Amino acid sequence: MSLLELSDVKVHFPVRKGILFDRVVGHVQAVDGISLSVEAGQTYGLVGESGCGKTTLGRAILRLVDITDGEVVFDGTDLAQLPEEEMRRSRRRLQMVFQDPLGSLNPRQNIESILAEGMDAHGIGDTREERRERILKVLDRVGLPDHALGRYPHEFSGGQRQRIGIARALVLEPDVIICDEPVSALDVSIQAQVINLLEELQEQLGLTYVVIAHDLAVVRHISDVIGVMYLGSLVEEAPSDDLYASPRHPYTKALMSAVPVPDPEVEDTRERILLTGDLPSPSNPPAGCRFHTRCPWRQPTRCDTERPGLTDIGGGHKVACHFVNEIASGELAPTSALAPDMLGDSESPVDDPGGDSAGDSGEGEDAASGPASGAPGSGGKAAGTNA
Amino acid sequence: MSLLSVDELAVTFTAKGRKDFQAVSGVSFSVDQGEVIGLVGESGCGKSVTSLALMGLLPSKGVRVGGRAEFDGTDLFGLRKSQLRDMRGTQLAMIFQDPLSSLNPVVPIGVQVTEILSRHRGLRGEKARKEAAHLLERVGIPDPTRRLKEYPHQLSGGMRQRALIAMAVACAPRLLIADEPTTALDVTIQAQILELLRELVDQEGTALLMITHDLGVVAGLCDRVNVLYAGKAVEVAERRELFASPMHPYAHGLLGSIPRLDSPRGQPLNPIRGSINDQIAWADGCAFAPRCDHYVMECLTGTPQLTEPAAAGHGVRCVNPVRDSSDLDVPHLEAPVMDTTGSEATTRHPGGEA
Ligand SMILES: Nc1ncnc2c1ncn2[C@@H]1O[C@H](COP(=O)(O)OP(=O)(O)OP(=O)(O)O)[C@@H](O)[C@H]1O
Ligand SMILES: Nc1ncnc2c1ncn2[C@@H]1O[C@H](COP(=O)(O)OP(=O)(O)OP(=O)(O)O)[C@@H](O)[C@H]1O
Ligand code: SF4
Ligand code: SF4
Ligand SMILES: [Mg+2]
Ligand SMILES: [Mg+2]
Repeated sequence: MSLLELSDVKVHFPVRKGILFDRVVGHVQAVDGISLSVEAGQTYGLVGESGCGKTTLGRAILRLVDITDGEVVFDGTDLAQLPEEEMRRSRRRLQMVFQDPLGSLNPRQNIESILAEGMDAHGIGDTREERRERILKVLDRVGLPDHALGRYPHEFSGGQRQRIGIARALVLEPDVIICDEPVSALDVSIQAQVINLLEELQEQLGLTYVVIAHDLAVVRHISDVIGVMYLGSLVEEAPSDDLYASPRHPYTKALMSAVPVPDPEVEDTRERILLTGDLPSPSNPPAGCRFHTRCPWRQPTRCDTERPGLTDIGGGHKVACHFVNEIASGELAPTSALAPDMLGDSESPVDDPGGDSAGDSGEGEDAASGPASGAPGSGGKAAGTNA
Repeated sequence: MSLLSVDELAVTFTAKGRKDFQAVSGVSFSVDQGEVIGLVGESGCGKSVTSLALMGLLPSKGVRVGGRAEFDGTDLFGLRKSQLRDMRGTQLAMIFQDPLSSLNPVVPIGVQVTEILSRHRGLRGEKARKEAAHLLERVGIPDPTRRLKEYPHQLSGGMRQRALIAMAVACAPRLLIADEPTTALDVTIQAQILELLRELVDQEGTALLMITHDLGVVAGLCDRVNVLYAGKAVEVAERRELFASPMHPYAHGLLGSIPRLDSPRGQPLNPIRGSINDQIAWADGCAFAPRCDHYVMECLTGTPQLTEPAAAGHGVRCVNPVRDSSDLDVPHLEAPVMDTTGSEATTRHPGGEA
């Protein structure tokens, strides 16, 4: 049994309208049927674009939002059913680290009092001295000096504040830490410090992490297993290396191909899958496969009527797509003229006198890409190089 | 001759009762037609201030701008306000990071676009509306006629950024300055916008000054790159050269510290220690010294100059540059510890000690 097991978790937020704000006119299906398990001592990475429900899922695990449906089983207990008082006690073992280190630290409290607060609430440490001793140990672990105790959040750099956020979780000796975008507010040169720190702590303390981030490179670096979310559900889940080596879901493929790699050789030669349109609203998600409005491989049958479930295709690699096998074998080519686009396969694109750019009105063919169609006129380019 | 050439740009903020603050100094580069020049660096290194200075958009009081900027032979800093305004509509255009704050929230998109068309191209009425719809279509906004009637908040982030690009290119500017145009967007939308910018450069020959903190974006888009640190360009090179052999310890360290989607897993990252600190002035030596693994005594004797120690066209502002990667394994002098809040503690306890 895994340390943390989610089964069919749903979080639907009511959308209210009317003068007295009491008429529910619909629901934001922020999380809509997610099942996953997190093994003790491992890191589960959750990626996906803004608004896909990552944070809501993280908060649901801690029951900081109401769980509409489903189970969150932590160490054998279903947290979703736990009375509030017992839930409060369980929270010591499940901690959260937030994206915005400054916003989540009270500016009027010094570091000692920030860290002691949680210990107080959970009755950890009998005396002030005992608590201070423990806090100092934790500060040392996260790489902050003793004199940080008496200082205030604004006196620290962004990276140091994130260390304080991590320390605040650590003093409670949790089993699981949910890190919500732990480095995205930090400068690039500081991100690596915090990522390394998280990894060291995991090794030393046997922590289990759920890392939520939109940066796929960060998630891949730190995670054992990655789940890719799209509009409230998982579309693919796989061991980190597998996911990178062979992404199977069309959305994962597109996501990976869109992440810029700091290497001109890679950037110039890799396959780019440009998605058309924007993310649909989670209050009115598309029927059938939720990705079908943007999927370059969408088929006329099933895709827009039948919702694909997450299915194991072997080796713990799970995909939610009706046509995963046909796409993998190459039997199905992308239906949209906009799909794979080999950029700069020859010289620098600047040297190109525009021979393959068919002007900006010649791309009517992409009508096939459906209601959300209309990527930048890249159709001209793609059409020229599409095999 | 280059379309835009910037020579030793310097911007100093001189608020009363406060010490002068030199946000940018010693930034030089040029941009040709159809070329993409990147300005890359971390928060506060002076990217936006550089672009605002070139656009003439810095506040008129409490700022001192030095150096030269020539656009097609015209001295940008010598222009009168009205001349500059004309230039901004037709020759130079800028896109900002946050599209919502650069669009007027209470005016429909269509009106905002047609206003530009009438001001700078003399188009009115139906003609202007048609052209506006065409512009939106060109930047990939579906159903442009309907969108023109909508207000900015009704558009998604990606669409707002497209609308802003449509407005920026409405008068076919010869130079486009894009300040973090995709930072607020999701990666799949970022990919669309970058593609759009690439097309603009390829098809129209627009010159692009691309400002970003993302080295991945630079690698895929820019011809030449300026790496900024604390207001100064510390390394300037053609992009392949920069990524293949970064010579400034900061650029070198930065490339070693970012997790890459395609790098093998399980290796710890190589972080740069400490954090950027704008209280260290270049006048006293190299501003990167407290964080530098390559530090030698000469680093603190005067401001290091931009030289070309290895190859022509590859500028490095460092007295002891990285010649090859193994260079950095040799222990050098212990970097100076500056006792300023923030950087000091992390300097002593680098996160990646183990
Ligand atoms: N308390 C709430 N009430 C109503 N809707 C909410 C609430 N919290 C989140 N949502 C909606 O639920 C959806 C998922 O939001 P969530 O914050 O979980 O996304 P996310 O994946 O964390 O995005 P980001 O990457 O931007 O942080 C969004 O559409 C959001 O607007
Ligand atoms: N109007 C101003 N008055 C005083 N200082 C300013 C002003 N505008 C910017 N600065 C300072 O100039 C420096 C450079 O700022 P700038 O906005 O150019 O940074 P940046 O590189 O664009 O950073 P970011 O990536 O965060 O956008 C910063 O230290 C900033 O605090
Ligand atoms: S089920 Fe259809 S629409 Fe969904 S990802 Fe697969 S091919 Fe695309
Ligand atoms: S070696 Fe010296 S001059 Fe070069 S970056 Fe390091 S501290 Fe600066
Ligand atoms: Mg979130
Ligand atoms: Mg900026």
